[in-house]
Amino acid sequence: MVTKKIELNIKVNNKDYKLLVSPNKRLLDVLREDLGLNGVKEGCGIGECGACTIVMNGKNICSCMVLAGQAEGAEIITIEGLTGPEGELHPLQEAFMETGAVQCGFCTPGMILSSLVLLRNNPSPTKEEIRAAISGNFCRCTGYQQIIEAVQLAAEKMRKGGVKVNG
Amino acid sequence: MYKIVNKSVERIDVYEKVTGKAKYGADLNCGSQLYAKTVYSRYPHAKILKIDTKEAEGLEGVIMVITAKDVPGNNIMFGKFPVLAQNEVKYIGDGVAVVAAESKEIAEKAAKLVRVEYEELPGVFDLEEAKVENSKRVHSEIENNFIEHSHHLLRSGDVEKGFKEAEVILERTYRTQFVDQAYIEPEAVIVLPDPYKIGVEIHGSIQNPYTIRENVATVLGLKINQVRVIQSTIGGSFGGKDESVMLMAARCAVIALKTGRPVKMVLTREESFLESSKRHPFQANYKIGAKKDGSIVAVENKVYVQGGAYNNKASFANWRASIHAAGPYTIPHIKTDIYGLYTHTIYGGAYRGFSAPQMVFATESLIDELAEELKMSPQEIRLKNCLKPGDEMGTGQILLPGKIPAPLEKMIREICRKTDFESKRKKYIQEREGFNPLKKGIGLSCTFRGAGLGGEGIDTASATVTIDIDGSILIQSGLVEMGQGMRTAHAQIVAEVLGVSLDRITFGNTDTAVTMDSGATVASRGILAGGNAMLIAATELLQRLHQQASIMLNCNIENLISENEFIFNKSKPDKKLTFEEVVKECLKGQGLSLSAQGWYNPGPEKLSPETGRGKAYPTYSYGTAVAELRVDVQTGKINVEKITAAYEIGKAINPQIAKSQFYGGILQGVGYAIMEEMRTKDGYLKTKNFDDFLIPSSADMPEMEVTIYESDDPVGPFGAKSVGELGIELIAPALANALYNATGKRIRELPLNLERVLLGKTLKK
Repeated sequence: MVTKKIELNIKVNNKDYKLLVSPNKRLLDVLREDLGLNGVKEGCGIGECGACTIVMNGKNICSCMVLAGQAEGAEIITIEGLTGPEGELHPLQEAFMETGAVQCGFCTPGMILSSLVLLRNNPSPTKEEIRAAISGNFCRCTGYQQIIEAVQLAAEKMRKGGVKVNG
Repeated sequence: MYKIVNKSVERIDVYEKVTGKAKYGADLNCGSQLYAKTVYSRYPHAKILKIDTKEAEGLEGVIMVITAKDVPGNNIMFGKFPVLAQNEVKYIGDGVAVVAAESKEIAEKAAKLVRVEYEELPGVFDLEEAKVENSKRVHSEIENNFIEHSHHLLRSGDVEKGFKEAEVILERTYRTQFVDQAYIEPEAVIVLPDPYKIGVEIHGSIQNPYTIRENVATVLGLKINQVRVIQSTIGGSFGGKDESVMLMAARCAVIALKTGRPVKMVLTREESFLESSKRHPFQANYKIGAKKDGSIVAVENKVYVQGGAYNNKASFANWRASIHAAGPYTIPHIKTDIYGLYTHTIYGGAYRGFSAPQMVFATESLIDELAEELKMSPQEIRLKNCLKPGDEMGTGQILLPGKIPAPLEKMIREICRKTDFESKRKKYIQEREGFNPLKKGIGLSCTFRGAGLGGEGIDTASATVTIDIDGSILIQSGLVEMGQGMRTAHAQIVAEVLGVSLDRITFGNTDTAVTMDSGATVASRGILAGGNAMLIAATELLQRLHQQASIMLNCNIENLISENEFIFNKSKPDKKLTFEEVVKECLKGQGLSLSAQGWYNPGPEKLSPETGRGKAYPTYSYGTAVAELRVDVQTGKINVEKITAAYEIGKAINPQIAKSQFYGGILQGVGYAIMEEMRTKDGYLKTKNFDDFLIPSSADMPEMEVTIYESDDPVGPFGAKSVGELGIELIAPALANALYNATGKRIRELPLNLERVLLGKTLKK
């Protein structure tokens, strides 16, 4: 009953990994269990809530919906990769802290990563564009209002040429 | 002026959350841990004929399979919840066995290999069936399906006389649904056998550590002090991480003691929806009488509450419902009766607002219906009847400035002015008849909310504050941080009292071995009760520091001030001692203790059991909201366009966090009003995950405008009172009233989904 393991080459948070994993293991579990990246959360397991959001090859995706085998060669960013080498915070992280956009914090990593992808593609999003960009990330605590403020603030910080970490 | 309190400082636990460092229950791992998985019932009601665990036990990597007979102590916990069902399953979420294995994959596989033979039995699946005398009983040890101690009432004046005086009488029934708290983090626990003595240590997403400790101890046949509970970071709870976590902790603890190994259990979303508590559905039958001038003379109700198969909350929730059942109005004659009923279904528990959102939906819909009948505006009828300074509440409590404030009149006037309520309302009525299928509507609601537990139970809370030699301060509350921001508010209170910077303060997670039993983190009591406990502990330490400083400065203790990290004599402010100097002298110079335990006891509120009258709560918070929506009358689809709300909360310890609580409450209110429903059919749960149980996304939420009113209220720390639950309860009635304004259709059942809006009924039953 043991599935034959496959070799998986992925780059996560700028570091190359060569892993031996079961091909039908979810990428979510590879990141959490094999790499110990617990900032990737599981909320529903069916790609609805967005808690497991990561950035894979420049796109925000639900890592519970990707099998390990599908991630071969992928470049991945998780929340752990957003902080700079000296611990400097990304403008999105700062903005989430300043605007009160975090309550329980469980959706926060996914929310920040979806926002990161938005700001890379659209440095000056409108409120409606922000609403659309994070609509795949459920938050039960905040009503999204301060999250939207945070993304606007982060955009402003990034436009002003603030610290650019993995952004 | 305050230095730290009443300021929007950053949350003290936010860095860990934005960097992914904060560990939640599922992130905790322990060497040699086992993974546990529950085998759930296949029927809503059935006799268990046989449980065959052999095949599961034979699977490689399976260490143990337990059933009810393996529970060493009491199998039945608070609210009749069995650790594992014995002989009979009473609802679809009952656990019958638990497997423990070396990996979660093996545990999942083994759970499917546990063979259970059942004999299916007929059941009681809704309130109508449950109410019938001689109906099938959910619990054979009681005579009917009424939940023990769940009948609560309020008797004020004489309703018969009141209805005789009334010139207009309306009778209406309102119904609400099961909904899940839908915290994004599913429940997770890990239970470790105590390495030094017989006992267990439980970590996880636990809202009420002391309840879990007590129940697990009886399950294991141990003393309470042999069970230690430590909360992990909690990914939202809103009342929900209680019964389900109690069951998980008990099951894992049994296995941990038997195997001597740590046991971890993480629920899937499907399991969480199946096994965790829901908001109680209400069937609220109302009769209201008023004079032609709009003054309400009498309210009578009979409310039936669906409790589910097991229940440990209805007796408390119904008490709150009985007090709030007539709304924030001056009404001379009130008669309320609230009853809880068992059914073979998923069960009711605590969810933000407890029983208030259901009652406020009923009463605030009803008052709009009364206004319509009297040809008054919704604003006018509320202004005429709302509680004003000097008024007596239904419970007999008198509202007095400086004691219990009564700010609603001003709040209602201001919100209506701000939203242009009256002119929009009239305009939208005229537009009802037009050809455009998109109709606009505006609706108003208001509420009051008893702060803390009040007469519901003992409202005591504890806190420990310890100052160390480097001047750092460790604070720990007996109440739990779940994301609401309590620990930041507590830290602000302590820093304000001691006159130090927030940087000195670290917050320890709630640990039953450290802080005394504070009861449950419920009823918006984190600031009122928990904050007062912090205030008491910090004030005690300030006294000790000042005692020492008065010797060091050779001055009278009354003249000392602690501010901006210094302690000094206010008449000689040039000679200052640093906070650290005084701490060092206390600890190393004099050998004094700088650890204090704060214990807050507001005293039991006194109520007559015959009438429900008396001092129900120490004080009240207030709220009012205006909802604006657009509805497509061809599809039934509602778009919520704007929510404007105002809340009176005494003093905001942290205005930004207080606002966050309201935004979140409003979101849950919007979900409750128009989208969310846990559907059951013949006892089976039809709503299994987030693809079926739809909750508001950022695209569903409107812009929110929240105003905080402050007042002088002497009960809480620095005048602060309850915040957490006020946000949610105003939204469903405000939206139902707005829908009526848009369409002329009154819908008396939640949620206001497509079918109800379009057809006036749901097709899903």
